[in-house]
Amino acid sequence: MSKINAILKGTLDWVDERFPLTSNWKAHLSEYYAPKNFNFWYFFGSLAMLVLVIQIVTGIFLTMHFKPDASLNAAGVPVAFASVEYIMRDVPWGWLIRYMHSTGASAFFLVVYLHMFRGMLYGSYRKPRELIWIFGIIIFLALMAEAFFGYLLPWGQMSFWGAQVIVNLFSAIPLIGPDLSIWLRGDYVVGDATLNRFFAFHVVAVPMVLLGLVAAHIIALHEVGSNNPDGIEIKKKKDANGIPLDGIPFHPYYSVKDIVGVIVFLMVFSVVVFFMPEGGGYFLEYNNFFPADPLVTPPHIAPVWYFTPYYSLLRAVTYPLFGIDAKFWGVVAMGAGTLIFAFLPWLDRSPVKSIRYRGPLTKWLLSIWVVGFFILGFLGTKDPSYQFFGFIPGAPVAQLLSVYYFLFFLTMPIWSSLDRCKPEPDRVTMK
Amino acid sequence: MKKFLTAILFVPLLAFGAGAELHLDRAPDKATDKAALQNGAKIFVNYCLNCHSASYMRYNRLSEIGLSDAQIKDNLLFTAEKVGEPMMIAMKRDDAKVWFGAAPPDLTVIARARASAFGSGADWLYTYLRTFYRDESRPTGWNNVVYENVGMPHALWELQGDQIMGEDHKLKLVKPGKLKPQEYDAMVGDLVAYLTYMGEPVAEFRKQLGVIVLIFLAVIFVFAYALKREYWKDIH
Amino acid sequence: MSCDDTVDCGRRRLLVATAAAGGVAGVAVAVPFVASMLPSERAKAAGAPVEVDISKLGPGQMMTVEWRGKPVWIINRTKEQLDSLPKIDDQLADPKSDKNMQPEYAKNETRSIKPEILVAVGICTHLGCSPTEKFKTGADSGIAPDWPGGFFCPCHGSTFDLAGRVYKSKPAPDNLEIPPHMYLGDAKIVIGEDKKA
Repeated sequence: MSKINAILKGTLDWVDERFPLTSNWKAHLSEYYAPKNFNFWYFFGSLAMLVLVIQIVTGIFLTMHFKPDASLNAAGVPVAFASVEYIMRDVPWGWLIRYMHSTGASAFFLVVYLHMFRGMLYGSYRKPRELIWIFGIIIFLALMAEAFFGYLLPWGQMSFWGAQVIVNLFSAIPLIGPDLSIWLRGDYVVGDATLNRFFAFHVVAVPMVLLGLVAAHIIALHEVGSNNPDGIEIKKKKDANGIPLDGIPFHPYYSVKDIVGVIVFLMVFSVVVFFMPEGGGYFLEYNNFFPADPLVTPPHIAPVWYFTPYYSLLRAVTYPLFGIDAKFWGVVAMGAGTLIFAFLPWLDRSPVKSIRYRGPLTKWLLSIWVVGFFILGFLGTKDPSYQFFGFIPGAPVAQLLSVYYFLFFLTMPIWSSLDRCKPEPDRVTMK
Repeated sequence: MKKFLTAILFVPLLAFGAGAELHLDRAPDKATDKAALQNGAKIFVNYCLNCHSASYMRYNRLSEIGLSDAQIKDNLLFTAEKVGEPMMIAMKRDDAKVWFGAAPPDLTVIARARASAFGSGADWLYTYLRTFYRDESRPTGWNNVVYENVGMPHALWELQGDQIMGEDHKLKLVKPGKLKPQEYDAMVGDLVAYLTYMGEPVAEFRKQLGVIVLIFLAVIFVFAYALKREYWKDIH
Repeated sequence: MSCDDTVDCGRRRLLVATAAAGGVAGVAVAVPFVASMLPSERAKAAGAPVEVDISKLGPGQMMTVEWRGKPVWIINRTKEQLDSLPKIDDQLADPKSDKNMQPEYAKNETRSIKPEILVAVGICTHLGCSPTEKFKTGADSGIAPDWPGGFFCPCHGSTFDLAGRVYKSKPAPDNLEIPPHMYLGDAKIVIGEDKKA
């Protein structure tokens, strides 16, 4: 036994002289001190990593069989569409890999939305974590691009018309817009050229950017240390060895804890993959089982659920402004709706970070914002003519909530400093 | 905190409201009824596969619903040479466009595509195939309740007979077909069951595997949770 | 391993159990991914057995059919050609077909089920080129003055006789492969499937 240990130690020493294996292990795992009071919200960071791995691995295997080709095969079906059904039927276990990938897309957004909301609850974007937050927002934007490019690939009706609508958003930009959207498509309509370049973006370009950003996100996090539900700095109280009194090594404490979170997540994920892969038409839209047809728009088109809050912001703008038509301002509202999160570190002027020690004003305004976000998301899946209970028109509700969405952020410097806060504790609390 | 979590829970309740309603009859569930699936496959090959292809469906996959290669070869294999080939049609798409105005769509995944908020794809197909009625204003002489101004004539007309749309917006059978109405409904049920199976042949296996996966995950959960408790017992 | 102050046995048992269950899960997840790289149903259908009608294949004639993307030769050998086979045994690398390049039922003098009909995969066992037919005998063939007819691989010059047996001292190590095949009646061959004798 001791002989084996000696050989192992020798090998490790050999590696360590050439590559900082042990020191990295210590810096990022066994001697990375995380606050001991993480709650359930803190699972979603590691879960996002897990979903990223699932998407990359399943994506690689799908790429082995998928064909980004819009031409028609002998049966008159676009080759790309047929190759997805080929994966679903002819490739051994292809159906499982494809369902994992399609479910993973929705899971990715669910997990990332919860991860972002955790940051909003506990003020994780505040000094000194502004850069972690900004990297995170860029990851979110890259993820949206990745999802958008990927959604065209099955080349169904929703793929086609979704891409058509989103690419046409760019034509709203004054002067260069129309040429820009033609350049993006590489054709006058969404076509074979568009499919091929979206494939390149989806499988090569954006994933590489995502991986780099994730690395930056984690390096920045490990530089300043994790926030926690109390929103206080554990590094302020250290023991004689310089170890935070309220910190515990990430490994083994959070590695064993995150494994539990991973298993619970995988159970939910498996329920979707094995029992409801279409997710009631929200994860795989029914109309996308019709091959793309440039001559027929489906009667009802809406983006996939994770884009719908922003889609509502887009549709809410119906007035021209400064002599530029409403279409352009809708695009601006949609873009601003996603980018505005990046300014949170400077919009928030509260003396405390965590929602636990904030006053009723913050709790109410945030609650209303969350409900508004959900309703905007819900309305985004519906027709503009939708009416709640058959008589409350949806469109003005969406407009009202869109205004609130932005006012919440823009007036944050005022209300966050006015609110009645409770005193923060000295040490973290185990609730 | 708790307050608005509760509020979030009520959001889905808002999800009912207006919109053009489409009333669909519920298709009988015959997903595991091999005899019904085999009968459905026979009807599909005889009545549908002349104009509609099922180009992602291979004949030999029908072994899953209890048909042997020899049975497939003798009874169903009209459009292909080998049982491993997909269900193609001889009709050329360009000809079809001239004859029907549009090429008849491939039907492999039609049961998945026709699902909607109003019912499953099976419900839609079950209703659609039973609600053709005579309409002289249409070029084919046929119209349909769930697919207004449909391009396809009633392919199962000889079996069902002639229906007309009454003044009360209800369908009336004016000329009986070869089958009694209940027999016709049962036959359409078989056909729809087959179309549903063909839309996702792996569906039954997928659910069976899902049960095993979940049980396995539950076992790992017990170990992992005990391990977490063990490590965390000293953290207060 | 004994349980003492340095080893916490309860914890170790849990670690082992969790790691084992996780390992099983990992392998179970790997199976579908590895299996997805096997030939698909489409590839299997394309590689399915091929039926060939040989009623029009006269003596001395050869036809080529495709099976699994490879050329398969069917040759109706004449009496003289068959007679020439045993005479050249001493020039061949494996005259008795001892190496496992054919099904059991084709391990005979003519390497075939019916003596005159040879079914062989037309791929040189050296590096996979397809040899060309050289049925002309003698010096006319351009190979050797005593050439009894056979095949010549243009890539590296391997030669095979009319039973697909390889000549000695040539780059190709083995006789041509005889694929599984069987007769459905007198003039119909199925290539790729046999009666599992």
